[in-house]
Amino acid sequence: MGAVVFGYGNPSRGDDALGPRLLERAAAWLSDRPDLDVATVADFQLQIEHALDLKDRNLALFVDADAACTGAYAFAAVGPARDASYSTHELSPGSVLQVFRTVEGQAPPPAYVLSVRGERFDLGQPLSPPAEAHLEAAWTFLRGLLEDPRPSAWTAKLG
Amino acid sequence: MSRTLETAAQPADLKRVVIEPVTRVEGHGKVTILLDEANRIHQVRLHIVEFRGFEKFIQGRPYWEVPVMVQRLCGICPVSHHLAAGKAVDMLVGARKLTPPAEKLRRLLHVGQMLQSHALHFFHLSSPDLLFGFDSDVASRNVVGVIAAHPELAVQGVKLRKYGQEVIRHITGKRVHGVAAIPGGMNKALKLEERDLMLRDIGQVIEWSLAAVALSRQVFEASEEHRHHFGVFPSSFLSLAGPAGELEFYDGALRARDAQGTAIFDQVDYTHYNRFIREEVKPWSYMKFPFIISEGSENGWYRVGPLARVNNCDSITTPLAEAERRSFREAAGGGMQHASLAYHWARMIEMLHAAEEIERLLNDPDILGTDLVTRGERALEGIGVIEAPRGTLFHHYRINEHDVIEKANLIVSTTNNNQAMNEAVRQVAARYLDGKTLTEGLLNHIEVAIRAYDPCLSCATHALGRMPLQVELVDSEGRLLDRLVKDSDGGLSCGES
Repeated sequence: MGAVVFGYGNPSRGDDALGPRLLERAAAWLSDRPDLDVATVADFQLQIEHALDLKDRNLALFVDADAACTGAYAFAAVGPARDASYSTHELSPGSVLQVFRTVEGQAPPPAYVLSVRGERFDLGQPLSPPAEAHLEAAWTFLRGLLEDPRPSAWTAKLG
Repeated sequence: MSRTLETAAQPADLKRVVIEPVTRVEGHGKVTILLDEANRIHQVRLHIVEFRGFEKFIQGRPYWEVPVMVQRLCGICPVSHHLAAGKAVDMLVGARKLTPPAEKLRRLLHVGQMLQSHALHFFHLSSPDLLFGFDSDVASRNVVGVIAAHPELAVQGVKLRKYGQEVIRHITGKRVHGVAAIPGGMNKALKLEERDLMLRDIGQVIEWSLAAVALSRQVFEASEEHRHHFGVFPSSFLSLAGPAGELEFYDGALRARDAQGTAIFDQVDYTHYNRFIREEVKPWSYMKFPFIISEGSENGWYRVGPLARVNNCDSITTPLAEAERRSFREAAGGGMQHASLAYHWARMIEMLHAAEEIERLLNDPDILGTDLVTRGERALEGIGVIEAPRGTLFHHYRINEHDVIEKANLIVSTTNNNQAMNEAVRQVAARYLDGKTLTEGLLNHIEVAIRAYDPCLSCATHALGRMPLQVELVDSEGRLLDRLVKDSDGGLSCGES
């Protein structure tokens, strides 16, 4: 049992790279800390098969760019939900948790979303200057989560 | 194949309904419907506002980088772009004919992608429509009854998708952003233990795929409306086909048939595609409208994807899928099937073929071969065409003497289906919306018609917090009369903002 961190987005679409960029940092940081049981999963977007990555995990984190985020980043709890994203080419974190419940017949692990503010999503563009700053702020917060991957510790960090 | 309802005679006198974006379809699809005071439809258009910048993204890059970077054009079918680019780059290095292990590994990668993509569409993308229905109450109950008899569907969908992705991972080395196709061949050989791991579960995958064909057929045939009215319109069909006219996903030649099944052209070398197909620009849409040159821009549009491929081919090389193809054609009286909702049935026949083909390729000794790269006489122009899950995909590059891509042209599957989706929307709007009060349920009919083609409009950008559906009623002077919003949780709200 351990935690799983999903970082998703298209690395070649401007600020959509925030999720995978943060995940890269997390994976590199974790590689020096084998005592921490945290798996990392990178992808373009969430899909139904990511529910299987939740198996045998006691904690999950979804890291993504968010155009609607008001601060540099936001941290929130998320639960299973059969929302409008259920049948799109891209699922919400809540839908992935719902698919897990359907497939495994049990409650998913406690899950959280770390949303990082993104502004520009054009193909072939790098991170925007504001997103670079948001990346640094979010990484400091994410590192704090990874240092103590327990549900109670993460819940204590909810705003 | 008329363009009735494409352009209204006096659009300024009409009020406008906007559906934006279309839910359960990637990206920024928008449907506009112009109504008169009696809610009669005068104009229907599907607008797609993505697909800009693909060519620019590729131009200026060394050709050998392209098969990897084009995977980032689309997070839904990166393997399709990877393989189309790989074939185009093969031509640049003079390698039209790969070694048997390299070609078979690419084919295995391709059918792995086809399996996972088709599984996603049927088991999850379409299931809300199939579960809850979009037609009359009676039809809904029939459809619900079918699904209720198969509660294991959701689990099978996830596991089929996962299996296809594991095929991709074994060949590319990674779940995403892997490298498989390189100029003139493949990057790495398949290991024996990887082959055996995939073989272990393929029997179950074939069994589930066969059951999915039966279910998709049952759902389609249960409804007279699905078979004879909903999104049913005549069209031509375009696809690749093998030398004997067999279903072909990876290579082969271009084949086009008209609505009656008569050949427009056949066994055309795909590198000559631009002698047979041209793209038309329309002032009201960002997306181009391809057409068959000999038929003219008015009548030369066509459909691609599962329905086109199964209609167009003379056979399927794997036995279970071939038996299902015969049933499919018999159900259409031996002719061409024109119902948009038959896409789902055809898609499942293709998924079955992909599963059978995975088994065949895994049992072929060449699949473990290590002779993976070949080269020939270098060329300055490369064209790669494959059948992606959603239809025919063209990549065309021209390089300079420094190996840098100077010009690129891509025709993606959704572009090939652009006019066909517009036709489907018009037909459905005219049949189900004309003269009626607008409701979310009625508007969902339009979305169901679009979803049958499984368009991929976003090409892998996303950000939390966007509205998945917005419907606006605007009068001829641009005033907002009404608004219907389906938020990201699926909740509906209405009224002016």
